[in-house]
Amino acid sequence: MTDKKIRVLVAKPGLDGHDRGAKVVARALRDAGMEVIYTGLRQTPEMIAEAALQEDVDVVGLSILSGAHMALAPRIMELLKANGQTHVKVFIGGIVPDEDIPRLMEIGITGVYGPGASTEDIVKEIRSAIKGK
Amino acid sequence: MSLADSVLTGDRLSLARVLTQVENDTPDGRAALDALFPHTGKAHLIGVTGAPGTGKSSLVNQLALHFRKQNKRVAIVAVDPSSPFTGGAVLGDRVRMKDLSGDAGVFIRSMATRGSLGGLAQATAGVVQVFDAAGYDVIMIETVGAGQSEVDIARLAHTTLVVEAPGLGDDIQAIKAGILEIADILVVNKADRPGVENTEKALKSMLDMAHPTQRVYLHHGTPLVPSGHSPQVQRTWGEMEGGWIPPILKTVATEGKGIAELIEQIEKHAAHLHVSGDWAARERARLESELEAALQETLMSQFRERVSDQQYNEVMRQVFERSLSPGEAVKKLTNGRAK
Ligand code: B12
Ligand SMILES: Nc1nc2c(ncn2[C@@H]2O[C@H](COP(=O)(O)OP(=O)(O)OP(=O)(O)O)[C@@H](O)[C@H]2O)c(=O)[nH]1
Ligand SMILES: [Mg+2]
Repeated sequence: MTDKKIRVLVAKPGLDGHDRGAKVVARALRDAGMEVIYTGLRQTPEMIAEAALQEDVDVVGLSILSGAHMALAPRIMELLKANGQTHVKVFIGGIVPDEDIPRLMEIGITGVYGPGASTEDIVKEIRSAIKGK
Repeated sequence: MSLADSVLTGDRLSLARVLTQVENDTPDGRAALDALFPHTGKAHLIGVTGAPGTGKSSLVNQLALHFRKQNKRVAIVAVDPSSPFTGGAVLGDRVRMKDLSGDAGVFIRSMATRGSLGGLAQATAGVVQVFDAAGYDVIMIETVGAGQSEVDIARLAHTTLVVEAPGLGDDIQAIKAGILEIADILVVNKADRPGVENTEKALKSMLDMAHPTQRVYLHHGTPLVPSGHSPQVQRTWGEMEGGWIPPILKTVATEGKGIAELIEQIEKHAAHLHVSGDWAARERARLESELEAALQETLMSQFRERVSDQQYNEVMRQVFERSLSPGEAVKKLTNGRAK
């Protein structure tokens, strides 16, 4: 009972209202035994970093389908770092062109997933990223 | 500096870490609780309970905004159920608390029940103590909406709000009987919806019916009357000086309507608890049950260390054969030291 639960913040930064993917992933992580804090739509990077701190999560999952990931992700990484949360693993899902992925990895994003990504893979990769820390 | 010390200096990251340790019941978490305990006992603990979707989170959001206007620091503990099948959880209360973001005077923590059935998690009381020690003036605890047993929250909180909403079946039977025993304040939220009057009426008539016997604490069949009152005078608790009858308040949490009035009643209730001596009585009862739980746990683990599985199984076998009663079995296992 007291083995440590993986805590994940699932957030939708930016202004797009596509929340199906975020909800699908949140449910899949719950079904994999994780505790998912769902914050809903229209979160600013500041809101996300603050929630990640208060909830002391292991993972932040961002769902972005607006195309604004190259502006939002670096800002969120910066804020997490400023708060001393460098151990937090960050995953991104949504609409991300392949050519953006190297840059996202460079700033410390752990994994990027597009349409049709298997939730089983997502669960597996979150688990292994946590174990590795 | 230890994590507990950092919590006392107001470091938010340390606070978040200690909350996790307490939630996971780790040795570090227990040590932190010990270190922080002398600094607890100052906060006003407000429980918010009620059926799913009645607007508890939205209300907590509004109440927090008001408390912030009074410059009080606010902590929120939001409890949601864990899945009994996978142990996982989706904790969604923060969705309704966006207005509180960006304010360093507010700290929100979501918790999963992790198998506990009472509407709170096992570790909720510990988490609340950490917030108390960290200097939060008001701590609001939102329970699971299922409400199998709301008694846990009434035991933990100084002031318990029970939130109802129109359209949940407004007859008296539909409103759970236990509610009056735990509600210090009844809130009819979603007062913008049709049927508010019915919900209010149902609550009112329930309150009237319960009134004559309500809150007369029986001690071995004798009504306990606060000192200074003659026990011969037969009066209902509500009529007694310093008595408290749960008020019914209408709110629209999504628009912030009725919140100022609700805050007023919450403050009145706190004042009532102090004047009547109930504040101290509640604190004492809570600490005593905490002490008892800790004692039970320790004695049980000491017992487990002393008695081998083999001994235990042998005695259990005899109980199953009915050659030994459970009472005799306990005597045997504790070397006759059980009473
Ligand atoms: C359904 C849909 C809508 C619905 C959204 C309903 C809702 N509540 O979600 C509606 C009709 C409202 C809509 C509106 C719009 N849409 Co739209 N929409 C789609 C569509 C067809 C499917 C999205 C979807 O729900 N997929 C199903 C889910 C399960 O998949 P997913 O979100 O991709 O999630 C998976 C992965 O990405 C990943 N994942 C997602 N999130 C996360 C998070 C984490 C932590 C992890 C690990 C993984 C992960 O795992 C998931 C499971 O595989 C896509 C096209 C497409 N094929 O993606 C366009 C699309 C996203 N929409 C688009 C656009 C432009 C719009 C509009 C602006 C159109 C308009 N001009 O009005 C509006 C904007 C609305 C708004 N307020 O933001 C564009 C975006 C273009 C871009 N980014 O460059 C797309 C790509 C269509 C296109 N090809 O042009 N849309
Ligand atoms: N019309 C109306 N809707 C409201 C009011 N308060 C809350 N709601 C809506 O009711 C829904 C549930 O509100 P929450 O605050 O999440 O309710 P809750 O009791 O915390 O829900 P759980 O935590 O899931 O049990 C949301 O869609 C709110 O916007 C209100 O006063 N009027
Ligand atoms: Mg809620």
